Amino acid sequence: MKADATLDCVGLYCPMPIYNTASKLKELKPGQVLEVLASDEGIKADAPAWCQATGNELLGIEEKEGEYKVYIKKSK
Amino acid sequence: MSEKVTLIMFSDDMDKALAALNLAIGASSMGMEVSIFFTFWGLNLIKKNDGPTKSRGIMRKMLNFMNRGGSKRLKLSRFHMFGLGKWMIGKLMQDIKFPSPQELMMMAHQSGVKFIACTTSMGMMGLSKEAFIPEVDSYAGVATYLANAKEGRINLFI
Repeated sequence: MKADATLDCVGLYCPMPIYNTASKLKELKPGQVLEVLASDEGIKADAPAWCQATGNELLGIEEKEGEYKVYIKKSK
Repeated sequence: MSEKVTLIMFSDDMDKALAALNLAIGASSMGMEVSIFFTFWGLNLIKKNDGPTKSRGIMRKMLNFMNRGGSKRLKLSRFHMFGLGKWMIGKLMQDIKFPSPQELMMMAHQSGVKFIACTTSMGMMGLSKEAFIPEVDSYAGVATYLANAKEGRINLFI
């Protein structure tokens, strides 16, 4: 999936990935896509929950060999 | 209006503080309005790490000598073992790049979490505003907490 920016959260645990995601997304414009790289399995549940609470769109989560790529589209 | 989350930080155990700060930072990252009400032993989290804590009277001086406080000096609720347990947990936290209590406090403050100090506990312990870090947003009592909590669905006593 194509992204406008990438955020590396590999090796970080909750709440760092969502804290960093929230900070990074502020730098993006509405409609742009952020790719978050993570290794903590919690991101699989937390990314959808975070998107639902903040109103941003979760485009998808790709999982490969214990690493996750999360794609979030900034809505507003 | 965004959802309110209110936490009462009563304990000064390091492990409980980590859980509370984790929740506060998470909630604020989710766009919620978060406040932490520091009361009783919880005041130790917002005490300055450096310099003496001044207080009046022999009993208060003794209390504040034994209960120095500061986010650097928090103890574990279990396996503290005169600091050995805390050192080990600190190493494990570093290993997973987890922030220290001081760093979490700063992150919480920077992400807009409001710090409120309980003036009743301050009065009882003989502490003035100078004893606390400048990140404290306000000094207040139970009515302030309850007015906030009434508007939130997530209100926790830690």
